[in-house]
Amino acid sequence: MAPATVLDRCATGVEGLDNILYGGVPRGNMVLVAGSVGTGKTTLSLEFLVRGAERGERSLFVSVTESSDKLIQNLSTFEFFRTDLVTNGSLVFVDLPVLYERLGLEHEELTPDEIAILIRTIRDLVRSLGIKRLVLDSLTSVCYRIRRDERIRDFMLRLGQELSEAGCTSLLVSEIGPTPGRYSLHGVEEAIVDGVILLWNARRQGDILRVLQVIKMRGTAHSQAQYVVELTPIGMLLAPHLKGGRPEGGM
Amino acid sequence: MPIDIGERLRGLPGGSAVTLKLDPREYADHYFAVLNATLRDVGSETDAHTIYVAVTNPASFVWSLAQALDVPEDRISFIDAISHIMMNYTNPLPNATYIESPRALESIMLRVEYLLRKFPHPRSIVVIDSVNSLAIHNPPDLLSEFFHILINTLKTRNVLTVVLETSDEEGSSVEAMLNLVVDEAIDVARAGT
Repeated sequence: MAPATVLDRCATGVEGLDNILYGGVPRGNMVLVAGSVGTGKTTLSLEFLVRGAERGERSLFVSVTESSDKLIQNLSTFEFFRTDLVTNGSLVFVDLPVLYERLGLEHEELTPDEIAILIRTIRDLVRSLGIKRLVLDSLTSVCYRIRRDERIRDFMLRLGQELSEAGCTSLLVSEIGPTPGRYSLHGVEEAIVDGVILLWNARRQGDILRVLQVIKMRGTAHSQAQYVVELTPIGMLLAPHLKGGRPEGGM
Repeated sequence: MPIDIGERLRGLPGGSAVTLKLDPREYADHYFAVLNATLRDVGSETDAHTIYVAVTNPASFVWSLAQALDVPEDRISFIDAISHIMMNYTNPLPNATYIESPRALESIMLRVEYLLRKFPHPRSIVVIDSVNSLAIHNPPDLLSEFFHILINTLKTRNVLTVVLETSDEEGSSVEAMLNLVVDEAIDVARAGT
């Protein structure tokens, strides 16, 4: 059933995903992209930013684990990527470890004051650059330094509020193990976010299929079916996950 | 009266789905007649592009026959779903994309989608060779779902779908499944090869 009010959409630019979301992520939503290693979380997030930048929505990638140079190098293998989006400032990359250093956030476990500084810095970046799409890759790595559940909850609530007020739609990458049941490291993250997109490797007769499912998305109806994804040079493509009349088994 | 398969295919409206039925007792003749009709007569039309899903024979084998028919390389792309499991992936064709197993039905759908986007042509043809080979590797329910989704998707994209079927028995489960999704079945034996 369609929602009573139609919210402004932020089309991801991944056609199959936008179909699942009936047009895209409601603008300003903070969405968890959860998955185990090699399931396409980073690629999906990068395509979301590139497609946005192409539409004139300035996009920001906050990287914790990989250097910007390496990410841009990987991106250049995709036909949908244009280097000029980076050179003209439509697509901005920030290395969080560099930011930590500049801000003097040295404690292995961030203090509440340091968490506040981090949120303010991201907010200022978003506001000053007019960022409309943001990816944090990964939230898991940030949470490693926040550690305590109540602080993670507080960090996410405040970050979500700041981004939403700026009209910025965000994807937060969450690294999880191959075992089903959780969408994040601490288990609190999925309760705070507006949406959860889950990616995992399913098995059929010994073969591995990369599968995507939208678990929740506030502000819009969405398909709850599973889709097989492939990362092609022209971007992420989705097809229905065939069941063949068999009962559901596992995640 | 013998029929001209190429002419029949050319006369079909875009978005049609058709089964070409080959008699196993005359397989070689029928197979060549089908390639002649699909790749040369229809596929070589101006602005046409063929996506050939190779499950029975490797793309390299089909391509060698296509070359004998003077099919231009830029008019055909292959999705090869058999070379990997045959351990025959040594000299990949530049105009082919390879799938690890004929069981990866979703990958076949996604590669078809990829190639349709990569090579947009007013007249696109998808040839699936063959339903029997897919049936060896996939349970009937899964295969039915695959054909139902793929053919209906291609119909909406105005793509002509040609499914090769080898069968000498009327009313086989494969034939019954295809009858539900295709518009027409053409008996190649009637083509007078």
